[in-house]
Amino acid sequence: MRPVIKTDKLTKRFGAFVAANELTFEVEKGEIFGFLGANGAGKTTAMRMLCGLLMPSSGKATIAGFDVYTQTDQIKRRIGYMSQKFSLYDDLTVTENIRFYGGIYGMEIKEIKAKTLELLAELQLEKEAKTLVRDLPLGWKQKLAFSVSLVHSPDIVFLDEPTGGVDPVTRRQFWDLIYHAADKGVTVFVTTHYMDEAEYCNRVSIMVDGVIAALDSPAKLKKKYGYDNIEDVFYELARKAKRSE
Amino acid sequence: MKTLFFLLEKEFKQLMRNKGVIRTLFIMPAVQLILMPMAADYSVKNIHIAVVDNDHSTYSQKLINKIKSSGYFTLTGYAPSYKEALVLVEQDKADLTLHIPAGFERTLVRENTEKIYVAINAISGTKASLGGAYLTSIMQDFNNQIRLQWLHGTPDNTPQVTVAPYYWYNPFMDYHLYMVPGILVTLITALAAMQSAFNIVAEKESGTIEQINVTPIKKHIFIIGKLLPFLVLATLVFTMGLILARVIYGIVPLGSLVTLYLSLIMYLFAMLGLGLLISTYSNTQMQAMSLAFFFINIFNMLSGVFTSIDSMPLWAQYIVETFPPSHFIKIMRMVVLKGSGLGDITYHLAAMFVIGLVFNTWAVLNYSKRS
Repeated sequence: MRPVIKTDKLTKRFGAFVAANELTFEVEKGEIFGFLGANGAGKTTAMRMLCGLLMPSSGKATIAGFDVYTQTDQIKRRIGYMSQKFSLYDDLTVTENIRFYGGIYGMEIKEIKAKTLELLAELQLEKEAKTLVRDLPLGWKQKLAFSVSLVHSPDIVFLDEPTGGVDPVTRRQFWDLIYHAADKGVTVFVTTHYMDEAEYCNRVSIMVDGVIAALDSPAKLKKKYGYDNIEDVFYELARKAKRSE
Repeated sequence: MKTLFFLLEKEFKQLMRNKGVIRTLFIMPAVQLILMPMAADYSVKNIHIAVVDNDHSTYSQKLINKIKSSGYFTLTGYAPSYKEALVLVEQDKADLTLHIPAGFERTLVRENTEKIYVAINAISGTKASLGGAYLTSIMQDFNNQIRLQWLHGTPDNTPQVTVAPYYWYNPFMDYHLYMVPGILVTLITALAAMQSAFNIVAEKESGTIEQINVTPIKKHIFIIGKLLPFLVLATLVFTMGLILARVIYGIVPLGSLVTLYLSLIMYLFAMLGLGLLISTYSNTQMQAMSLAFFFINIFNMLSGVFTSIDSMPLWAQYIVETFPPSHFIKIMRMVVLKGSGLGDITYHLAAMFVIGLVFNTWAVLNYSKRS
């Protein structure tokens, strides 16, 4: 199978500082790929390069077969993105947000309407359809933001710490949504600080000081480093970090 | 184009929902347009004058009465000596002192000449220079009267040259007629450059711009979607301003409204471009505010509303030439007061277009979806 994300020595420098150093990895279609690392390890930088928000300094990368340097428009049509910062419009209602994002991805109004009903049902937000997003609880907002990032049926969705500040029950529900999306063939690229979430991933990579220190399935990583949970593997690797925030 | 529709739909929904924006955009300009021209008046009245009359004669009384009845001066009081009159100036109770020396009448009659002394507080420059000028002209008049009396003649047989000015386009020197169109422009200036910049920077602050940047939306569509709502809003505010000018000040543009609105659109093209440019250099609304204030202050001070551009040094005139408001203010006054047509304002329209082109091109080049 052809990988959906393929990078080869992808690097980003800010002056003398190398935020992401020669990242090389592949992600398969429908895979849930966990992207772990301490604060400042370079996760967000890497993700922003893959989404076309940041110009790489060197190296190669393709997303859904398109080049990150030259084919950003094609890439953008095929990816969804949910940033660390909550990014729906507070002063628009749930429906209006879905309509707006669907609209700027070039969907037809009919299509948007059908999709809206589908998403509202999936999120059980039918009653809140006309509520302003600012009046929703944080957990609901995050779930809505995730669904909105999928509104145009992308091949890949990038999630940057999607569950930050969310309660455990909602986090669990959030991961149900992720699984649901992956079942439908969407590739999920997710960064997180919750190690229990890392266990839900098909494969995880652990970034330390801008480089990928380990990459494998959670089970194999645990076996390799001789721990019975990912948290300990993470500590073992992250402890070696020299740079801090 | 379909994308643009969704963008505009979203912008207008947000604007309509934001009560604060409607307040700032409509109520505040209305209040300013009503208050400012009434309060900020150029014609100087109420010049406080302190008189030292050491003569106490018929002539000195006549002179003082003449000054009092001119309508420009208020007598703050009599002082026994020049020194004490100066104290009144120091205390800011008087702007001018007039010293009539003892023996004023006597010397005047005997020697045909006499001096009186005027001291002017020049801290408030306009008041001082205008006050001095008024006083001089009153004095001249007084002089003429005396001369006529002594000549025992009638005014008709004394040859005299007088100037009879006629003020074109504003025959009664109605101050409002001159100021209101200019003030309306300053209000539009603030709205166009500042609100459009704030709006875009607000998306940077909230992070929604990231979400926009990962969509395949075209840069120019996004920018048009951001600026068009402010073009509409500014046009509405302008219309409100014209209506207020008519209702409150009775100002009816002599020229065509089509010309005015065409010029307005050209002006907004330039000023929204500036707003966009500011937004590309700012990451927070605070930064945008400081930048916008810098420009708006300079524009409002130097574009000819409050001070005449023609009396500036030449280098300053060249700089002011690059300020869009200086052109629009000229157009406004020409069209509203003189009834100028498109043919008369072509130069100013072209100037605004060129400036707008520079601002917009610069902004678009500097706006990037990818850092």
